[in-house]
Amino acid sequence: MRNTQATQLIFEMSRIGRRATVLPPLDLPVPAVDQLVPKDHQAEAPLPLPELAEGDVVRHFVNLSTLNMSVDTHFYPLGSCTMKYNPKRNERLCSLPGFSAVHPLQDPATIQGLLQALYELQGMLAEISGLPGVSLQPAAGAHGELTALMVAAAYFRDRGENRTVVLTADSAHGTNPASAAMVGYETRTVKSRSNGLVDVDDLKSKLDGSVAVFMLTNPNTLGLFDSQIREITSLVHEHGGLIYLDGANMNAILGITRPGDFGADLMHYNPHKTFSGPHGGGGPGAGPICVRDFLAKYLPQPIVMKNGDTYHLGTGENESGTNDSIGRVRSFFGNVGVLLRAYCYIRTYGGLGLRRVSEDAVLGANYLLSRVKHILDVPHGDRCMHEFVASASKIKKARGLSAMDLAKRILDYGFHAPTVYFPLVVDEAVMVEPTETESKETLDAFAAALFRITDEAPELVHEAPHSTKISRPDDVTASRRPIVRWTPE
Amino acid sequence: MTGYLFHTDQDRREMLEAIGAASVQEIIDAQVPADVQMKVPLAIADGLDEMSLESLMRSLAAKNASAASHTCFLGGGAYDHFIPAAVDEIASRGEFYTSYTPYQAEVSQGNLQVMFEYETLVTQLTGLAVSNASLYDGGSATVEAVLMSLAATKGRTKVVTTTALHPQYRQTIDTYLESIEADAVVIEATSNGTSESMIAAIDSETACVVVQHPNFFGRYEDVQRIADAAHQAGAIVVQVFDPVSVGLIKRPGDLGVDIAVAEGQSLGNHLCYGGPYLGMMACREDLIRRMPGRIAGQTTDRRGKRCWVLTLQTREQHIRRDKATSNICSNQTLLALRATIHLSLLGPHGLRETAEHCVAKTEYARQQLSRCQRLEIVHTGPVFKEFVVRDRDGDVAELMQTAFNQGILAGVPLASWYPEMSDCFLVAVTEKRSRAEIDRLAEVLSSSLAAV
Repeated sequence: MRNTQATQLIFEMSRIGRRATVLPPLDLPVPAVDQLVPKDHQAEAPLPLPELAEGDVVRHFVNLSTLNMSVDTHFYPLGSCTMKYNPKRNERLCSLPGFSAVHPLQDPATIQGLLQALYELQGMLAEISGLPGVSLQPAAGAHGELTALMVAAAYFRDRGENRTVVLTADSAHGTNPASAAMVGYETRTVKSRSNGLVDVDDLKSKLDGSVAVFMLTNPNTLGLFDSQIREITSLVHEHGGLIYLDGANMNAILGITRPGDFGADLMHYNPHKTFSGPHGGGGPGAGPICVRDFLAKYLPQPIVMKNGDTYHLGTGENESGTNDSIGRVRSFFGNVGVLLRAYCYIRTYGGLGLRRVSEDAVLGANYLLSRVKHILDVPHGDRCMHEFVASASKIKKARGLSAMDLAKRILDYGFHAPTVYFPLVVDEAVMVEPTETESKETLDAFAAALFRITDEAPELVHEAPHSTKISRPDDVTASRRPIVRWTPE
Repeated sequence: MTGYLFHTDQDRREMLEAIGAASVQEIIDAQVPADVQMKVPLAIADGLDEMSLESLMRSLAAKNASAASHTCFLGGGAYDHFIPAAVDEIASRGEFYTSYTPYQAEVSQGNLQVMFEYETLVTQLTGLAVSNASLYDGGSATVEAVLMSLAATKGRTKVVTTTALHPQYRQTIDTYLESIEADAVVIEATSNGTSESMIAAIDSETACVVVQHPNFFGRYEDVQRIADAAHQAGAIVVQVFDPVSVGLIKRPGDLGVDIAVAEGQSLGNHLCYGGPYLGMMACREDLIRRMPGRIAGQTTDRRGKRCWVLTLQTREQHIRRDKATSNICSNQTLLALRATIHLSLLGPHGLRETAEHCVAKTEYARQQLSRCQRLEIVHTGPVFKEFVVRDRDGDVAELMQTAFNQGILAGVPLASWYPEMSDCFLVAVTEKRSRAEIDRLAEVLSSSLAAV
């Protein structure tokens, strides 16, 4: 089935005079627009935007959509991204005009239902994390990291401590060091041992009075819960530092263990991952953060407060009229649409249900690990939490098949590829996160496909995928001679 | 058990057997020390089936007024513009909605092509050479432009801006600058505009000038003069623009601006109490490698076919870590998709007409409100789609409440950001407002006088 509408760009489809949107006639007793806008501000030429009919637009974008794999259409075991099923009921409910048409500067008295949901969400996030201070403002996980590090910096400034270093694990997401750098911290890397856990001796050697925060992902990006967690957090605390928990992997531990209970002082959630907000082709997410009580006064404002039966927006001002809040990290309240979906998700499962989510995520990952370990090397043992990292290193040596080759070929079998080449601590890493919303049959089929691929002719795999509209794009040229906009020929 | 789980008891038994574990708890116990495991269940109410959730959420939604239940004249960075049905219909397709960052280009060509089309549209709207694929929102996009400018003018530490820049954008800049060696100098906006005092503040320490045009009060700024002065001093010019306004007025690139940023909510995105929104950013060609965020670029595949990929990734955190241009990972692609569809539907004529309606209806609203004895139009010069109104009785809260009781969200009180304007509010008029609605606003605000 050929599909030419999806190969053209909207700019190439444009025909002068074609149009979709027409406004009602403008019939007001005011001067003509060119007299209302000062001459020197008026545009001299019409915008070069494409001109299309509504039918053109719909067919173009609908056809484009069919070129994507998605959770709705395919198994999407992209490690670290928690591509779980996105409930349709949440879409319907969060699209109610009573939520979606609320203006961000409305008086809180006019949005009591919305503020109730957000207030309750603050409480649930505090309960799940074991950390009582909550800000819903950050727009994504990385933004939450940045915000929390600003909170930490404000705390140390207040104490008159000049701490300049943030420690990150060598298996950490790139966002950790990038966020630390944006807050002006120097970053140093703590090594992991061959078992994938933090090298406590290396940590000790890097801990001193200059360390502000150790950013930790637990379970880590290898899908392993660090059993030394108590020792690690105590060591950092003994040196006066704080523990930041990258909440990317919260899907593994809901109701099982809490960051606040294992020593974290600050953390972010990725509600679009853990609590099923649709990923939207790259976003939106949200990045709410939770902190210990002594850090709560530094959180961005506003925070939803309850007074009797009324909800209002707190300013962060204390009794003496001063304010310790770091300030805003964005405009308006937060990514409310994503937060409401998280609220629906948590209400759907309830406390016991959330634990079941994590148990099934752990079960699914361990089951798939038990299949995959017969196909690929899994360097960190045969137990994991919600995801695991295999290595294509041996098969690369034996048959010339790299992690990238496997990723590309598995697309032909109708599966999205796992994350590859991350975390950096595993050679030829293949990072698999099945989530709890995949059946045993799907996991079996995925493992079977992987097994077949390792047996296929290397030439076939090198040139994969074969069933997609394009194959193996030239990234190098794209980067060397960037073409980042369409221009008329 | 409600929810979305798959496994039957039989599945669970078979899976555990294959793993070689007696229970999931055994797998957890092998990794999570007993002393950090929860001994009691989470204190969160029992789960809800779909019908119960629906009734809960409907009852919460019913407690909120909105631009759907009330006539909305609120602006201040988020606007009640019309969203054609096709935007919601297309953007809710699961293939867009439930996919993620296009790491595997072969199965993400839909998203990548949309990103490329979006980037091209943004360059067309701004008159600048390159755009990224989205940032979080207008406020954080403005900060990213400031950080880019500081990096591009290494050693300079001064950021010049004005009180006519969105107050929340200014607060966001202040928060970010707190931790690095840079300071914002804020110029007081006067009734004569801000360009003279901004120009006077620019010196050899200035990394960038941030000007919003049309500004927070809806007024036009003399961006070109500011840009000329900034460039003479070697500073970068950042403009916060309104993507609807460029249907009618000169684009940032036409005015000599180096980096243009905007809140893209106006382009087909719902109000949704402030987010998710769309941070837009475009810049001069030579600044591309300093840009934050994802960028889609065109290339060819192994068979020579035109296609699209994520490009210039060495700017980004997953490659460059602490040396990255920004920490941004998840962005606002879905909102950028909506903007792309929206602009495709509007085209040049639709966007121009939208802008014309805003200008004409805003002028009409100014006329009508100026006839209310209690009210004063603060700035009489030309405005785009919003304007400041003073309540001579000084009781903005009462005025807003009266209007609300009559089904109108009449304006945004300015007191919390501008103490000197504690008796003022901001009124925004989009193309959606009808003549009858504007007449009604004037009538209700006038009758409030009668009631006093």
